[in-house]
Amino acid sequence: MLSRIAESMFWIGRYVERAEDTARILDVQTQLMLEDPTVDETATCRTLLSIMGVPHDEDTEVNRQTILELLAYDAQAPASIASALGAARESARRARETLSEPMWEAVNTTWRALPSGRFRSLRPPAVFGWVRDRAALVNGTAEATMTRDEGYQFLVLGRSIERADMTARLVATAALTSSSAASAWTTTLRACGAYEAFLRTYRGLETDRGAAEFLLLDRLFPRSIVHSISRAEQCLDNLESGGSRAGFGNDAQRLLGRTRADLEYRSLSDVVANLPAEMERLQYTCAAATDAVTRRYFAGAEATEWHGGGNL
Amino acid sequence: MTAMFEGYTGADGPAYDEMFDPAGLRTSYDQLSTSLAEMTDQEIRSRVDALQAAYLDQGVTFDIGGEERAFPLDILPRVIEMEAWARIEKGVQQRVKVLEMFLEDVYDAGRVFEDGVIPRSVVTTSSHYHRAAAGITPPNGVRIQVSGIDLIRDNAGEFRVLEDNVRVPSGVSYVMTNRRAISSALPETFAQHRIRPVASYPQRLLSALRAAAPAGVTDPTVVVLTPGVYNGAYFEHALLARTMGVELVEGRDLVCRRGRVMMRTTKGLEQVHVIYRRVDDEFLDPVQFRADSLLGCPGLINAARAGNVTIANAIGNGVADDKLVYTYMPDLIRYYVGEEPVLRNVDTWRMGEADHREEVMDRLDELVLKPVDGSGGKGIVIGPRASAAELEELRAKVLQDPRAWIAQPVVQLSTVPTYIGGRMAPRHVDLRPFAVNDGQRVWVLPGGLTRVALAEGELIVNSSRGGGSKDTWVLAGPGGGQRRAQVQRQVTSTSAPVTAGPATQPVPVLVEQEQQQQQDRDDQRDDQRDDQSDDRGDAPC
Repeated sequence: MLSRIAESMFWIGRYVERAEDTARILDVQTQLMLEDPTVDETATCRTLLSIMGVPHDEDTEVNRQTILELLAYDAQAPASIASALGAARESARRARETLSEPMWEAVNTTWRALPSGRFRSLRPPAVFGWVRDRAALVNGTAEATMTRDEGYQFLVLGRSIERADMTARLVATAALTSSSAASAWTTTLRACGAYEAFLRTYRGLETDRGAAEFLLLDRLFPRSIVHSISRAEQCLDNLESGGSRAGFGNDAQRLLGRTRADLEYRSLSDVVANLPAEMERLQYTCAAATDAVTRRYFAGAEATEWHGGGNL
Repeated sequence: MTAMFEGYTGADGPAYDEMFDPAGLRTSYDQLSTSLAEMTDQEIRSRVDALQAAYLDQGVTFDIGGEERAFPLDILPRVIEMEAWARIEKGVQQRVKVLEMFLEDVYDAGRVFEDGVIPRSVVTTSSHYHRAAAGITPPNGVRIQVSGIDLIRDNAGEFRVLEDNVRVPSGVSYVMTNRRAISSALPETFAQHRIRPVASYPQRLLSALRAAAPAGVTDPTVVVLTPGVYNGAYFEHALLARTMGVELVEGRDLVCRRGRVMMRTTKGLEQVHVIYRRVDDEFLDPVQFRADSLLGCPGLINAARAGNVTIANAIGNGVADDKLVYTYMPDLIRYYVGEEPVLRNVDTWRMGEADHREEVMDRLDELVLKPVDGSGGKGIVIGPRASAAELEELRAKVLQDPRAWIAQPVVQLSTVPTYIGGRMAPRHVDLRPFAVNDGQRVWVLPGGLTRVALAEGELIVNSSRGGGSKDTWVLAGPGGGQRRAQVQRQVTSTSAPVTAGPATQPVPVLVEQEQQQQQDRDDQRDDQRDDQSDDRGDAPC
């Protein structure tokens, strides 16, 4: 498979997942701002922006509306859902000939809602539901129609790395708001569609610690960080065909494996002691893993320029 | 006939209308018109809307200045009868064969110049004549794997050649997507006709490309080379790669090592044998051509010269589809194959020749002036439509570089009814049939791209000038090409029954259980009754 195409596949996976998870995070936070009278809107919005990695001035006014613009509607804002969907479609266009036709149409019709104004006309929480639906459609179509070749591995690799990164952000927001609002973890679990699964697993014992453990370490829940990282490791394993007897030759695999082991083998109290810092470290790991993947598989794709010969 | 066609009078002026002659409907459109008559205006309108939406969803688009637009597709197909098509097919095959022979000759001995058929200067002054192409011998002798010969229908309805495209003709993807879109928009109408299919094009192209592989390569790796997503025809490049099942590469994906062309894959470098390139000559190889090009790959031409890779279509083909060489085509056909041209040219004057120029310069306002190098309708001046100032400017330009211009009479392209704002109106069309040459024979795709100028009276049909397209139906049978009833093949064996889950568990179990439960209850009741009777029996009377 061409390096350039592999890179596109990887980023389709990432951008679609990013759009979906941003929608989930916004869904939780806007819901909390509405429901909980003790929440300080400005402070929450600032926290949210910094967790999503959006630079902002301390003096500018931020409220629910500006958050929605920056993180959802504004296609020019780099962290918004609109720009993630646009970027996913642009990547898909570059890999058009390797995507299955239904897969391409799923991505393309999703993107088409942006210029047509349909996306903007949807208000929260309907808009978040719509984004989740579209992401489910894209992922489901990929699942149902794509051959399990390298392209598919890169798609899932991108999705898994992004999911680990975004779940880390989701957990961080929950940890930061939970001091003021007891329902933050419940809402976070709900946003992941995991609330019932959590209740079943922990037999109705609802604790912040339990919720954190579930989102971080559960091996069976598909949105947990450990599960996402394992999935990413599995993809890398599939990509490296010849099994080696010792160690791992792939930097990305080493980074991810170490982080996962670190999370799993440390005591939970140690991990949750300072969740926001821990989660930030995890995000840096995801970025480093992406760099490693890029160096190993996509590096050939950069343009070469010919120097020499006279200009015509 | 629906209200759509009410007041439809065919084209203004002398243009040939393909659906109606002065007396009424032409036979080829009989079936189509009957079928459309069964639909209400609303129905047609909703199908037109569905057609538009489908193209946007599928991303059937082209780029104009960075903006992505859906390619406009008209709801009414254009019908070409079997007999007319047979002539087109023969004419295109003849032309491609001659163009091949001409190119072979030009980049070799140049017999044609010595025999005085065409002046050597016509070729050597062409900006598409590349010395770099000399010495590259195509492995199976084919230089024009793909060609698109543009045809128009003159006022008498005769198909004529407007220009040849043997470099990187585009548009074939729309032939395939148009067919799919129209067959789902007008399924009833489609079913009533016998239309020759167009879906086999990618396989034909792939086998022609494989046949062109360097000698000794039994299982060649074929790729499509695209300039990238910002190219107007990117959609087409992706579609061809997808339907042929080959990689779509950009220049930066390729690298030349020791005279071989490799592509960068996730598993390292992999050799490429045949490149179906959709990049113009000048951008292919910065070593040989434009040094600032990022679209090609340095060393490509040398690899081709070493016989390690085939570039299709070949480099330097531009001399053959030069508009000036076009004027010599009838002579070239007679010279190379000793036949009369099956498809005639449009009358053309060469401005580079003094007597021709003299004849034309006073009548600029009556003629169409075309730049020899132009494509996409750029630079064309239509005399009767131009202002005095424009004509003055044109005169100056022509006198400055006469070699760069040809003149043709204003040919009224034929018209076909086109859906415009709720009703049918005559619009001008041309036709680009595509031909694939695999070295054994020249295969002409039965269909071709019909481009339609959407503005009223407009004669330039290029999509970059706001043109649309029509699905082109080549009929498989004589006359109206109605479909004959086919014998349905019977399914003889019975398939295994579909299994169902517990929710739809067959009823008998439930009934039985229910009966059982019922029975139990009845038994109980009986028992009670018995008890009661016993009681009664025991009761002292």
